Amino acid sequence: MSTITARITMPDTARRGEVIAIRVIARHDMEREIDAPGLTRMPRRILHTFRVTYAGEEVFRMALSTGIAANPYIAFTTVAIETGEFVFEWQEDGGAVYRREARLIVT
Amino acid sequence: MKGWSRRAVMALPIAAIPGLAKAEEESFEAAERAILAGRTPIASGIVIDMPLLSENGNSVEFALSVASPMTAEDHITTIHILAEKNPQARIARFNISQRAGRAEIATRIRASTTQTILVLAETSRGQVHRAGQEVIVILGACVDGG
Repeated sequence: MSTITARITMPDTARRGEVIAIRVIARHDMEREIDAPGLTRMPRRILHTFRVTYAGEEVFRMALSTGIAANPYIAFTTVAIETGEFVFEWQEDGGAVYRREARLIVT
Repeated sequence: MKGWSRRAVMALPIAAIPGLAKAEEESFEAAERAILAGRTPIASGIVIDMPLLSENGNSVEFALSVASPMTAEDHITTIHILAEKNPQARIARFNISQRAGRAEIATRIRASTTQTILVLAETSRGQVHRAGQEVIVILGACVDGG
């Protein structure tokens, strides 16, 4: 698996039932397909899917397009249910998958 | 495990459409019609936070929230962001559940020109909320040879 430069902002701990905010920014050009006279042709290469699982269950999924800015920023919320791993997964055109993990301790 | 299998089933049609590749040739009107699927949208419940004027269409701050109890019986399931005049009408689609706690999402979008950005939010009860806001774009996020 390839690596991705990403910044994930979320609390380390939360009370059970608390709604926590998660902000994620990944470094990526989100290149649009360029096919115009006088310009070098470039295929589309974007992160097309972003999904988040929490203790094994999917809690957030986003389908991205070329209408999302470079270095995609995504903010969302989730309810703290149990102590567990968050897995953040980006899927790129061409089949590359990037993953990052974070742990939330629920008290 | 019950919750997981239900979620896995819900995820199936999404997995069948990788990204939004299929929507590439779809017009704004066609995209909205496809999402509404004959339903009459409710013109309330959505708050959009986006600058009225953007110097640079390459990155426009976009936040939205949808009023919803976010319970197992009544929650937001899918939120769509559509652009009236971008080459691709469908900017993003978000799939959430009552596990989100609140239907609040933020991202940064590209806007090719001054236009209306539309949000459609589907509920677990089959309703659709609809709201739009215009953004004036000084320098568009457009690619052309000229």
